[in-house]
Order: sequence, then C-alpha cells, then structure tokens
Amino acid sequence: MEVLTPHTLVEALRMKSQHPGARPIQGGTDVMVALNFDHERPDALLNLNEVAELRGWSRDNGTLRLGSGLTYAEIENGELRDVLPALAEASRTVGSPQIRNRGTIGGNLATASPAGDALPPLLVEGAEVECASVRGARRIALEDFVTGVKRNALEPDELITAVLLTPSNAPQTFMKIGPRNAMVIAVVSLAVSGGEELRASFGSASPRPVLVTAPRDEADSFPERVAAAASPIDDVRGSERYRRHALRVLTHRALERVLA
Amino acid sequence: MRVSLTINGEEHQADCWEGESLLFALREKLGFPGSKNACEQGECGSCSVLLDGTLVCACLVLAAQADGHEVTTVEGLAAADGGLHPVQQAFVDAGAVQCGFCTPGLVVATADLLRRSPSPSDDEIREALSGNLCRCTGYAKIFDAVRLAAAGA
Repeated sequence: MEVLTPHTLVEALRMKSQHPGARPIQGGTDVMVALNFDHERPDALLNLNEVAELRGWSRDNGTLRLGSGLTYAEIENGELRDVLPALAEASRTVGSPQIRNRGTIGGNLATASPAGDALPPLLVEGAEVECASVRGARRIALEDFVTGVKRNALEPDELITAVLLTPSNAPQTFMKIGPRNAMVIAVVSLAVSGGEELRASFGSASPRPVLVTAPRDEADSFPERVAAAASPIDDVRGSERYRRHALRVLTHRALERVLA
Repeated sequence: MRVSLTINGEEHQADCWEGESLLFALREKLGFPGSKNACEQGECGSCSVLLDGTLVCACLVLAAQADGHEVTTVEGLAAADGGLHPVQQAFVDAGAVQCGFCTPGLVVATADLLRRSPSPSDDEIREALSGNLCRCTGYAKIFDAVRLAAAGA
C-alpha cells in the first residue's frame, strides 16, 4: 500500500488519474473502519486532508459551493446553520463530536449509504455534486449521483470536489429515528421543506435518494405520499412496516413545523 | 513510511505501515499508550486525542494524515512536574473512575469541552461526551467530575 498526499487540487486530480484504484480518504470515518477491520486493502490511499481547495464553503451570487471536505461540525456551528437549517440539523445528529469534527459531506456522498444523513436535506434543496478529473469538471444531480446502495456515479479518475446548490430559504426541518441521540445510524430519517411546494426526502428507506413533491394545498395527503414513495427493507435496525409508518408520522410532524 | 509529527509539544518520528491508524502509531510505535484501543470504529471515544486542537478519534485518523501536524494525547494534559490536570484531579476527587479504560478519552473530551465552554450546562456536557462510552459508572460520577472541574476552573 502507498499513501499519496497531494497539496493542491491539480495535484490530487493528477494522482487520481495516475492511480485510479487509489481510495480517497478525507475524514476517515468510513475508510479507517474498513482498514482497521481488514475489510479493504486498497493499493493506495489518496489523503485529501492537505488540499485547501476542498475545504470550507463559499457563496457566488446566490449559489453556495460546499467543499467536499466541509465537516459536519462546520455546518452545525457556523453561518450555514441559518442558510441550510435542515442540513445543519442533520449534521447535529451525525455520530458524536469526534465524528462530526472529521466526517465530511464529500465522504457522505462518496459512501452513498442509504442512511447518509446529509443526503435528504441536500436533495430537498436541489443539490448537485461537482465531480472533477484531469479531463475537466461536471455536475451531477444528487439523485443521479447515487446509483444504488453504496454506489455512485464517479468515474475511476474522478474526485468529488463540491456540492452546489441555491438555498431555497424555505422553512425546512430534519428528523431522525434511532435508539439514542448520538452514534446512531438512522432507522429512518426525513427532510421536509415547505416553500412554494412541499418537498421531502428520506434516509434508510430506499436504495437511492428519492425526492417527493406536492403542491402546498395537498399537505393533508403528503404524509401518505411520502410513505408510499419509500421502499424500505427489514433489517437489524427496523422493519419495513415500522419504517413506512414512521415516515408517515414524521412527515406529519415535519409539516406542522414547516407550515406553522 | 516515515511519519513526523508533534506530540504534546515535542517532535517525534515513527515508521508506520501505510494503512496504520494514528492510534496504533501512538500506542505501539511512539510510546503513548494513554489513548486506549477498544472499538477501532469511532464508537467508543476511548482513543480521543486533539489533532491540531480538534477533538478526534485517533483510530479514525490515518497515521500518515497526522504527518506534519500536532497531536495532544492524555499524557500531554498533566503538568511537566507530573501534577494532574484539573480535569484529571476532578475525575479522581469525584470517583468518576471504575475500571478506568474509558477515562483517558473522557478526560480529553472534557478538557476540550471546558476549553470551549468553561461553565457548560448539563445538556452541553451530555452532548460533548456523547461519543465516549463508559460501561461501569452509569455516567453520574462522570457528570459530577465535569461539574467539579468546571467549578474549579
């Protein structure tokens, strides 16, 4: 195994092009578990910690650019709390302070778990994923970026560089069910916004992110519509039936918040 | 590969396997066994250290990622003359230690909390220590220790 540590984005993309099998590692909260438990032995690790271009976030006119190295702690504690409140609420539910200090939204997208906490609030806000390689950059709608359970649309020579979105400024919220407040993989999660239309997306209830929309005057039937759009499974964390029921109840409560 | 880093204010170097965690390097290569190795997946917090001043699980940091960076371990909290850090003293005084395995991580996490928030509310304490598991104490004595350390600071 070798560790590649680029110091600029250009260098990172060149390394990824030369070593397409290299496993990118940023916060390490997923990759290190795979290494510690011998689940993965990649030929190379691409350490992105020193690439300044991937850090932080910026605003260009109305568009937000969230660097793929943006941590949950940065989302929950800074100005983004007001700009992307549902994403900030979701970030607060991730792991523990130690995990939120290291884990990043780029990592959440790359892992592409159905339980990824950042995915529902980003999808409700219409986020796009910016992927780059030495060949250039492209934007992929979030629902197209995740192609299946823990699968994504990245080409072998590409890296996730940013998440791009235009904040709706709509009232929005995030909810998550689990056995305790910390260190929980969602049994189900839900993001809902109530702007010009109702928008919802859920976690741990479908293999890929799903966006459910409805006119505002159809709020009464929206919980049922969200539950019907889910395709949950029975697993160690919950049953198909419980998850669908929980989504119905959570959507009802979320609408009370965002339409208040 | 050779990794160079600052631990508790002093320069250190270690030859590490490329896939090795910072925790393994600290404990097995660098002579800092204070950070404990339990879950190796960021669940238990017993390996909590400060990386460039930020609380992290050392098991989830690649040793190579710490190259050129500063790490503070539980060994770095006590005074140079061996006097206990106020948080360590509070854990002793409150009886917040039973088997002691989780204690280094809790001490580091508490020191991090009190540096950011010198008089934390109970909710803040609960949140700040939510990534540190203790299977002995039921946390009541640990809460007493955090409040004691906050009161003494």
